[in-house]
Amino acid sequence: MSLLTITDLNLSIHKSDILRDVSLTVDQGEIVAVTGESGSGKSMTALAVMQLLPDLSVTSGSIKLDGTDLLTTSETDMCALRGSAIGMVFQEPMTALNPVKTIGDQVAETILIHKAMPPVRAKERAREILTRVGLPEDKFPLTRFPHELSGGQRQRVVIAMAIALRPKLLIADEPTTALDVTTQAQILDLLKGLVKEENMGLLMITHDLAVVSDMADRIVVMRQGEIVETGATKHLLAHMQHPYTKMLFAASGHLVDLPTPPPPSPLLTVQNAIRDYQLPRTSLFAKPGHYRAVNDVSFTLHRGERLGLVGESGCGKSTLTRAILGLEPLQDGQIHLDGAPVFSGHSPNLEVRRKMQVVFQDPFGSFNPRHRVDRLITEPFFLLETPPKGTARKDAIAKALTAVGLHPDDALKYIHEFSGGQRQRIAIARALIIRPELILFDEAVSALDVSVRAQILDLLAELCTAYDLTYLFISHDLSVVRTVTDRVLVMQAGKIVEQGVTEDVFSNPQHPYTKSLIAAAPRLPDLTQISKESVL
Amino acid sequence: MNRNLIIGTVLSLLVIFAALLSFIWTPYAHTEMDIPNKLQSPNWQHWFGTDHFGRDIFSMIMVGARTSIAVALVAVSIGIGLGVPLGLTAAARKGSWLDEFIMRGNDLVFAFPAIVIAILITAVFGAGAINAIVAIGIFNIPVFARVTRGAALSLWERDFILSARVAGKSSARISFEHILPNVMNLLIVQGTIQFSLGILAEAGLSYVGLGAQPPTPSWGRMLADAQTMVSFAPHLALIPGVAIILTVLGLNLLGDGLRDYLDPRLRIARS
Amino acid sequence: MLRYFIKRLMSLILSLAVASLVIFLVIEVAPGDPASFMLGINAQPDTVAALRTELGLDVPKTQRYLTWVSNMLSGDFGTSYTYRTSVATMIADRMWVSLPLAIYALALSTLIAFPAGIYAAARRGKAGDMAVMGVTQLGIAVPNFWFAMMMVLVFSINLRWFSAGGFAGWDKGLLVGLHSLTLPAISLALPQAAILARVMRSSLLDILGEDFMRTARAKGLSRRQALWRHGVRNAMIPVLTIIGLQFSFLLAGSIIIEQVFYLPGLGRLVFQAISSRDLIVVESVVMLLVFAVIVVNFIVDLTYAAVDPRLRSRT
Repeated sequence: MSLLTITDLNLSIHKSDILRDVSLTVDQGEIVAVTGESGSGKSMTALAVMQLLPDLSVTSGSIKLDGTDLLTTSETDMCALRGSAIGMVFQEPMTALNPVKTIGDQVAETILIHKAMPPVRAKERAREILTRVGLPEDKFPLTRFPHELSGGQRQRVVIAMAIALRPKLLIADEPTTALDVTTQAQILDLLKGLVKEENMGLLMITHDLAVVSDMADRIVVMRQGEIVETGATKHLLAHMQHPYTKMLFAASGHLVDLPTPPPPSPLLTVQNAIRDYQLPRTSLFAKPGHYRAVNDVSFTLHRGERLGLVGESGCGKSTLTRAILGLEPLQDGQIHLDGAPVFSGHSPNLEVRRKMQVVFQDPFGSFNPRHRVDRLITEPFFLLETPPKGTARKDAIAKALTAVGLHPDDALKYIHEFSGGQRQRIAIARALIIRPELILFDEAVSALDVSVRAQILDLLAELCTAYDLTYLFISHDLSVVRTVTDRVLVMQAGKIVEQGVTEDVFSNPQHPYTKSLIAAAPRLPDLTQISKESVL
Repeated sequence: MNRNLIIGTVLSLLVIFAALLSFIWTPYAHTEMDIPNKLQSPNWQHWFGTDHFGRDIFSMIMVGARTSIAVALVAVSIGIGLGVPLGLTAAARKGSWLDEFIMRGNDLVFAFPAIVIAILITAVFGAGAINAIVAIGIFNIPVFARVTRGAALSLWERDFILSARVAGKSSARISFEHILPNVMNLLIVQGTIQFSLGILAEAGLSYVGLGAQPPTPSWGRMLADAQTMVSFAPHLALIPGVAIILTVLGLNLLGDGLRDYLDPRLRIARS
Repeated sequence: MLRYFIKRLMSLILSLAVASLVIFLVIEVAPGDPASFMLGINAQPDTVAALRTELGLDVPKTQRYLTWVSNMLSGDFGTSYTYRTSVATMIADRMWVSLPLAIYALALSTLIAFPAGIYAAARRGKAGDMAVMGVTQLGIAVPNFWFAMMMVLVFSINLRWFSAGGFAGWDKGLLVGLHSLTLPAISLALPQAAILARVMRSSLLDILGEDFMRTARAKGLSRRQALWRHGVRNAMIPVLTIIGLQFSFLLAGSIIIEQVFYLPGLGRLVFQAISSRDLIVVESVVMLLVFAVIVVNFIVDLTYAAVDPRLRSRT
């Protein structure tokens, strides 16, 4: 008998159906990955097992853990099971811990709440388990508070809390989505090791197919509350049946064709750029310290070139982006666009600004919710001396919207009427409308589902041909940068550690940091290779 | 539907209507004394009874509503007129000496409760309804400055503000074009709350003689007059008190209702 | 932690300095000549001159301000013109009524508000929550001095449980003193408790939506355990701000409430001083009230650091 058996699980919240006839099993020592795009119901499946669903949830079917049906278990008995028989790890390590309690207390609490050990022994066990997850006491005393730890370290604390009582089943809901690739690799290794050592079952929820293929013994693919396909990882990768599964894998490894760039002629030049931030004073009378976010960065972006900028969070990508946009001053060095400096004190130089536009990551925060699309995408007209009026304005709007695959009538709608992918199209339309020489894409596809992301990447490739785009594509996602750029810069701790032709850098990295980044990034398996092997 | 909003609107409109009507009609002139008929309990001639001078309490309540509303309204306008620009400026220049200066100034004004300001003004310039307006108005400034700054700061973090900056717009223009419309809902709600607090504060100040002076009728003064007679004519204290409570309750319900109605997050959660 | 403390302390001193300057400017500079203001229009020129010398008005304003501040620091608030006694002694007597009243009311308000707020948050949307919300909605709308009059009507005049006014004094024992402050404290505390309970409730509800509350539930804590162990302390942070503000409302409120109960507190003193144009007394009382508010906010700032470890390690 399996450790966890979910049979015909149905869930509705507020009378809208969330899950339909979900059935799956997890055995001891087995890693089962549930994957799918947003709205597939994968997280709700996890919460249903924990019985931590939102209020007004109605469930039917059965969820059996070791033969006990959790759906009919009382809340009191569930409390006894949670934390001892089932542990759970969440997506956001930054907010998953109580900010006002020490990590030692929070781990020991799991033990104490189940009265599994006397307090002294519980503290001992907390120490053991924190060491096991990679936080030894000599470096990370139990008296640390969560805000004194990094995201990856906090996720280790959350894992320690979840496994403190050696649960039979561990549920991990997107445990590495909020983390950098190198940290992600470490956390995934930790989880794998724990499953093997403790013979736990792991139910892992993730949207990342590369992680899925790498980790899971079995895969469950979900779409809109239903399971579309399930099978042992190797077998499923080799013999995908459902078109949705095939589409997901195809979109995850989606490649685009870029037109050949014209011969080099410099557009943007960054020379020895330095950007310092003032740190809060450490004592009342000492001079405040500095944090160097961008350290002696130099590069050139040529007309018609697509340049990538990769690096982990905190490496200075965003600071550099703001400096290029002329929003913040440099402490040393220069940034020129078309020969003119981008930063001109407090009154922006419109002459330079109108040659540059930007597309941001968050499709929900990028627009003023109170304005209509026509007003939103024409905001850059403010940069023009004689902005188009009347029909010329209307034509420009219609043209920009059509170019990004939307309808001219969408101009009269408000932003909340659009999906995430459509909003990103509108953001591109806003960037295109004054035909800038340079567009900055700041993590512009990072918040999108894979299928939508593939469409936006296609749109980019089309626009490259139609508009001769020059862009700087800033992202932490190596696979995306690899397909949409000609050249790439690798940034670490404020410095550019490596730059070169994208394909060369990825296939033959020189700098140790680039090597470690590429090694840590989970890769989609070569599907054609797998199917050949399995035929043999 | 939104019950708070309906009850709040009805109560508030009722008070405003009474105040406006008092300009053209009251059952009796509110200053008209009628000693033989003093201290009557509510009856058909005098719906709310009469006071110790035989004045008609219903008429005094109507005219008193005028004083309360006028004082609170002007005080809120002072708060919004000065506090909102200060809050917007502080947020636009976050971390600068100007921001620091505005916020320290705010803290300082918070250290002077409205009644203390009223005491200071009255001690030097003498009593009057203007004192109440100025005292409550000054008190309102940091309230609005803080609310505006807090909301504006989180908006300044948003990408659409960054887009506007990329479009070359100055921070003053961004404050008015993007920030102000997005904090408007919050200001309306806070404005309603401060309005109701203003009514309460005005009553308190007039009660201790720091607000409207006779013969201007005000609910707080009516209560002060009633105090010595409360044992044998409790309606003198009950009626103005209930008038204050209903007005403040109405405005608070209106504020809560507006918040629920205007907050799009809550609306999505409901539908 | 020490750095945080020093920074707060500096800001406390700065606030006091600026506040005293503002008060000085309003009282001693705005009326032109305080001496002729205090004596009225009909005063004889030589009387005015005598008072000018007594008040030390002949020296430059900057020096007068500095003298005033340094005298206050050594406990000398000057001499009341009308009563001809030391202002410090007058204030000291009255303070033993006003301050205990404000603290008594703050304690009552907190004792009522915390359980009510936590209870309502724990039963969100249920009958108990509705009842708390309804009562507090009404409580916020009630003017405290009117509520005080009604309490006098019911408990003093009709039931005769308390005396209708006056203060028995502390020398007859703590309980006797507290007894005569009970009705005033209740009438001050209840409307404030209504506000505090609502803040406590909404702050807790915000915390209940946080990720770490879900983590706590995943560890096996029941709803109630999660609320008490992880919710309440985090919810305290915004609540503390309100408690700090409440103290100044209570102090201000006590000035008004003293009028209802004929209590010999700072409120009575300051109103008598206003009508007799005794600016020295007004100035001192106002400075004292502002001082109390600033110091209480300083204490609240320190309590923040005790509750929130993030503040301790930052500046």
